Amino acid sequence: MTPDVIVIGGGLHGCAAAMNLSARQCRVLVLERSAVARHASGASAGGVRTLNRDLAEVPLSLIAARMWDDIESLVDDDCDYHAHGQLRVAETEVELASLEARRQQMLALGYSHEVVIDQAELRRRAPTIGPQCVGALMVETDGAADPYRTTHAFRRKAERLGAQFIEGACVTALSRQGTVWQVTTPAARYEAPTIVNCAGAWSDEIAAMIGDRAPLQTRCSMMMVSERVAPFLGPVVSAVNRKLSFKQTDDGTVVIGGGHQGRPDRAHESYQLDGRRLGESATAVAAIFPTMRRVRIVRAWAGLEAQTPDHLPIIGPSPSAPGFFHAFGFSGHGFQPAPAVGRALADLVIDGGTQMPIAPFALDRFATSGKAA
Amino acid sequence: MTESFDLAVVGAGPAGLAAAIRSSALGLKTVVVDEQPAPGGQIYRAVEATSRSPRAAALGPDYLRGRELVERFRASGAHYQPSTQVWQIEPSWSLFASTAASTHVVSARHLLLAVGATERPVPFSGWTLPGVMTVGAAQIMLKTSFMVPKPPFWIAGQGPLVLLYATQLLDAGIRPDGLLLTTPKGAIGRALGHVGGALSGWRYLRKGLAMMRRLKRSGVPILSDVEGIEAIGGERLERVSYRRAGVTQNVAASTLLVHEGVVPSTHMSLALGAAHDWDDATLCMKPRLDDWGKASLPGLSIAGDCGGIGGAEAAAVQGEIAAIGAAQALDKLDDAAAQRDALPLRKALAAHLAIRPFLDAIYRPRAAIRTPDDNVIVCRCEERTAKDVRDAVASGCIGPAQVKSFTRAGMGPCQGRQCALTLTELIASARGVSPAEAGYLRIRPPLKPVTIGELAALDEASAKEPA
Repeated sequence: MTPDVIVIGGGLHGCAAAMNLSARQCRVLVLERSAVARHASGASAGGVRTLNRDLAEVPLSLIAARMWDDIESLVDDDCDYHAHGQLRVAETEVELASLEARRQQMLALGYSHEVVIDQAELRRRAPTIGPQCVGALMVETDGAADPYRTTHAFRRKAERLGAQFIEGACVTALSRQGTVWQVTTPAARYEAPTIVNCAGAWSDEIAAMIGDRAPLQTRCSMMMVSERVAPFLGPVVSAVNRKLSFKQTDDGTVVIGGGHQGRPDRAHESYQLDGRRLGESATAVAAIFPTMRRVRIVRAWAGLEAQTPDHLPIIGPSPSAPGFFHAFGFSGHGFQPAPAVGRALADLVIDGGTQMPIAPFALDRFATSGKAA
Repeated sequence: MTESFDLAVVGAGPAGLAAAIRSSALGLKTVVVDEQPAPGGQIYRAVEATSRSPRAAALGPDYLRGRELVERFRASGAHYQPSTQVWQIEPSWSLFASTAASTHVVSARHLLLAVGATERPVPFSGWTLPGVMTVGAAQIMLKTSFMVPKPPFWIAGQGPLVLLYATQLLDAGIRPDGLLLTTPKGAIGRALGHVGGALSGWRYLRKGLAMMRRLKRSGVPILSDVEGIEAIGGERLERVSYRRAGVTQNVAASTLLVHEGVVPSTHMSLALGAAHDWDDATLCMKPRLDDWGKASLPGLSIAGDCGGIGGAEAAAVQGEIAAIGAAQALDKLDDAAAQRDALPLRKALAAHLAIRPFLDAIYRPRAAIRTPDDNVIVCRCEERTAKDVRDAVASGCIGPAQVKSFTRAGMGPCQGRQCALTLTELIASARGVSPAEAGYLRIRPPLKPVTIGELAALDEASAKEPA
């Protein structure tokens, strides 16, 4: 069988694209160089966050939020999604004023999902929060899901709809013969009229194969998880002036992120954690949740992913090649939009266009004219 | 706070101590970082304090020999950081270490891991019940505080440590209610071919036979060829059941001590990314080492049981060889001198290791321990059973990394130390492939659980440092 679409990359976005394309009767083949959810998709914090999104991302993120509300009907799995809210905490009156300004800016644009809560309300929602915290920006309907489970839920739904996944298939060359793309891996060659590039940290290498230059850096945000402790927190907590993402899971463990970077090693699909930066991450935790000081961290990890110069993703058709679409460069916050991005990609592939608000994410916002060497 | 050394040794057992003594003598500025409060490792644990006690004789001459090694270490000039947990190691080399009071970084040009062995996990029905513990843990209590198990108590399993601990108890005037030895009938005869001609091998063998005679003379019931051990009880252990010659027996027990041998502690070397291989003779992972104890990563050496089980005396010799190799790598010793110094050590090492193939053959754990029945808990932290693992394999997981993601097995505070070997063997048997092909759990930092406070202390300390 010749597929209609080959998706390169079995991360969350590749799986979401495969699922949406399969749901619209496309025959999809997913080529994954390692294993599904091996890198950023399995290693992410799993934050389902519309809170404090870049203004360019807000419309897409809000569409995704409605899809998350009903995620089980989309992928037949609840993805361990809980809408316990997200809080962005202010530690000073100046920070609180900046949150109020953000709220007003959003209201002026017609968005009312972000609200400011005062210290008493913050304490009610996060009783062990540090005494210096004076308030927060909140989206009550945000939450968090299990990233590994979510990625596999999209994968399984895609497979039930007919998609085929091949793991351990690293794409080494791409060429166009007439109206068909030839995709080369060490073990085999595949053909399809359409390609979707969801190759995460390696997306610029794929793009370069067709002459698109994507200005990416590799990042790997470090995550830590604690031993189990008694339940003390529902919402996901971040802070205005600290790199912190903090949540307690149903089983009692505390998952800590915030974007503290390890040292990526893209060539070996690997990374090293940075002990000093884990120390910085812990300092942020101890400041916002002082009672965490005596809690033990049992595991830390990171996942490789791509970052763009403006920290916004690249979503849309290739500027230089027909039948070729990109979705990558989510820069550390691509988990929540994934269901909507998958739908947009299916629209682009099948309809040649989409109503989804992805215009700000075109690759040609960067200087792509100089073709990759 | 960062301190710089030529050689950092992790572990203060026989390998680490001997390495530090030798490397200091060779002019390397050496530090030994160890999690215990006093030097000696597991084998010579608390030997300085305990050897002065009137009850020390019960622990035997092999244990007391450790005191001389510790004294030489104390006089060696090597720096020593006791009660210190190393939780992160970054290449060439920074060791992030925490004590109860603070966190600091040790930097060193060469790193020697001498972290010893760990008891092989022994999963069987009921092994998580309070009252069931390992012989190694019981022996630590004997060495540090002369604590003995609550009667009635049984010892189940096999290996030199079982015999040693049981005779140490007898010498202390304590009688186990019985020994359930799991070595299959005929294993000794089959293993004899591995003894070899080395005198040292026979010396070890004689020691083992002497311990066995001592136990038999004592009248303690010794049951051989025991299998199907189960711990039974509600809140805690009440009874032990076992099978012998096809007949199931049942005895009252407050304590059950189990032991199926020791395996190298590879947690650190795996986390560092050094090359390891599955060793089918000893059913565990072993780091790939050259004859200086150098691992696949530049500037990394490994000595003692964590490089492959050889026992305390072999470990000390390996430590010295590794120190010489490190001195050579750091240009403190030329090649010829290094070879000359290592030559007598290599001969001694070969003699100490001559018995190992015999011991490995005789004490090879039964399949039921390595690939337990469906109902047996494999991952104690997350309470995942062998069935959970087999189900994950059936749904497409091909190795421990995926099984961990799917089931959470290996994600708990023990960081996989108690389930990694079982996961590999279960997955291998379920898939019908070799353990080498099934692979091993990916070891994630931190190397030991570390509190947020300890982690933050590192950052807070460096914030105070002048730029």
